[in-house]
Amino acid sequence: MRCPGLSTPVINKLVWENLKHRPVRSALAVLAIGVEVTMILTLVGLSRGTVEDMAQRARGVGADILVRAPGTSLIGLSSATMNQKLLGFLEQQPHVRAVAGTVVHPIGGVSSVTGLDLEEFNRVSGGFRYLAGRPFRHDDEVIVDAYYARQNNLRVGATVRLLNRDWRVCGIVEPGKLARIVIARDTLQNLVGATGKLSSIFVKLDDPANTDRVIASLKQQLPDYPIYSMEELTSLYSVQNVPGLKAFTGVVVSLAVVVGFLVVFLSMYTAVLERTREIGILKALGASPGYILNVVFRETALMALAGSAVGILMTFGTRWAVMTLIPASLVQKIVPEWWPIAAAIAVGGALAGALYPAWKAAGQDAIQALAYE
Amino acid sequence: MSEEILIRTRDLRKIYHVGEVDVPALRGVDLEVKRGEFVAIVGPSGSGKSTLFYILGGLTPPTSGEVFVHGNDLTRMTEAERTELRRKEVGFVFQRYNLLPTLTAADNIAIARHIAGKPLDEDANFRPILELLGITHRLHHKPAALSGGEQQRVAIARAIVNHPSILLADEPTGNLDTENSRVVLGLLRDLNERLGQTILMITHNPEAAAYAHRIVRMRDGRIVG
Repeated sequence: MRCPGLSTPVINKLVWENLKHRPVRSALAVLAIGVEVTMILTLVGLSRGTVEDMAQRARGVGADILVRAPGTSLIGLSSATMNQKLLGFLEQQPHVRAVAGTVVHPIGGVSSVTGLDLEEFNRVSGGFRYLAGRPFRHDDEVIVDAYYARQNNLRVGATVRLLNRDWRVCGIVEPGKLARIVIARDTLQNLVGATGKLSSIFVKLDDPANTDRVIASLKQQLPDYPIYSMEELTSLYSVQNVPGLKAFTGVVVSLAVVVGFLVVFLSMYTAVLERTREIGILKALGASPGYILNVVFRETALMALAGSAVGILMTFGTRWAVMTLIPASLVQKIVPEWWPIAAAIAVGGALAGALYPAWKAAGQDAIQALAYE
Repeated sequence: MSEEILIRTRDLRKIYHVGEVDVPALRGVDLEVKRGEFVAIVGPSGSGKSTLFYILGGLTPPTSGEVFVHGNDLTRMTEAERTELRRKEVGFVFQRYNLLPTLTAADNIAIARHIAGKPLDEDANFRPILELLGITHRLHHKPAALSGGEQQRVAIARAIVNHPSILLADEPTGNLDTENSRVVLGLLRDLNERLGQTILMITHNPEAAAYAHRIVRMRDGRIVG
């Protein structure tokens, strides 16, 4: 005959009931671990999202080769330092069908304005696909992509303030091609004092099969210039190649772990102190130090897992916040493959935080614990 | 009652070190308890009853002397071995019930079985014991929803769920009114008579002690009668 209630995993019930017994403390610990996980996932999501978005837009140009100014990094908003006359030189090279020079100027954060000669750009890329409006015809006109327009509530005819002056939105284009904000190259060069200078040059070949040959030839003639095939460019657009990002990620993850560690330490330390008598009862029943550790660690792991789930959900909230507060700037990607990693970091940090309280609980003298008021 | 000696102490001494002062709690206790016996230990506060209770239960080691529980020499046992002894050979009933407040009565009983590493649902003989204790209908309530008498009956069930050689009860009626005290003491006597459970009960209440087969009197850390 079974005794009623005796068949359930009672240690799990104890753990669950302990957490329920102090709901506010448990909820705060879960929330703090959630914040830890959110910090990690948001940073990873922002890094990946932004870099992948840049790569996708670069690929969207449809060029075969990219030429950058000497001494510039691939990822970064470097100013225009390349002589525009290089366009003519490149156009003369064998197998080159078209070239397009761009000027990129940062306008805060990772946002930038790109200056283009639309005729040149159309020859390389086939041109923008207009969802509304038309190409710019005047110096005060700007083209934006649909994403930027949506995030900033812009329509054709709207005024947008960039580079300390007002611009009229003349066209809204399909996103995914080079830039989100485009103005006439000459205008941008004049505005930023870079007349006759370019940030990068996109090269379209007669046949993509000639890419390696053309690059080899260009590198011989322009030894100081970083020259990439678009395939290479895409592979280089990764968080590893963003200067300082790996170290920054490490610092943020470490801070997140420290926060989780401290919260769990305090929470479990208080819990163990509060439950001194109950620990004495368990010891009187024959619970070994290992059993007590098991209870404390299960409690901690449950909190950490719940915190991880909360943190993952909050990541959707941070993505919404990023899109709302800094529209069309940073791109936050949801990175599910990082969920178990972030959860493992949170659980590891939490268990480390519970180590001392658990050790203290396991080492309590049963008689003193039973006498605890 | 068997002639087998379940508990035996010889010249058992315990000295507590309080700061730089040595406080002798037991000053040479000689005691024998046979299997199936119901023994009451009585004495005033500070007589050493509780210290004897803790030593016999393996909660603290003696300073010197001999103490055997079911053939186990407690003076030679490590902390881990004494933990094992508590798990298998000893059941405790405390004055303050000492149930885990977050668990139901059933789970308070179940956890003792879990700690002992025994399956929770294979004890065919336990339901009659729960019926004897009169708590089958209260098993799904938490301690806060139980009366003092009910809590103590749950504590007794928890103490014997692993069929310990000896049940140690420390003032089991100390927090109960007369009626509940009578019920709990009656239950202890029933367990002793029906199941042959060896019980060693500490009390300062002569009426409670009268339920036992034998009364051992302590004073100043010694047995005096």
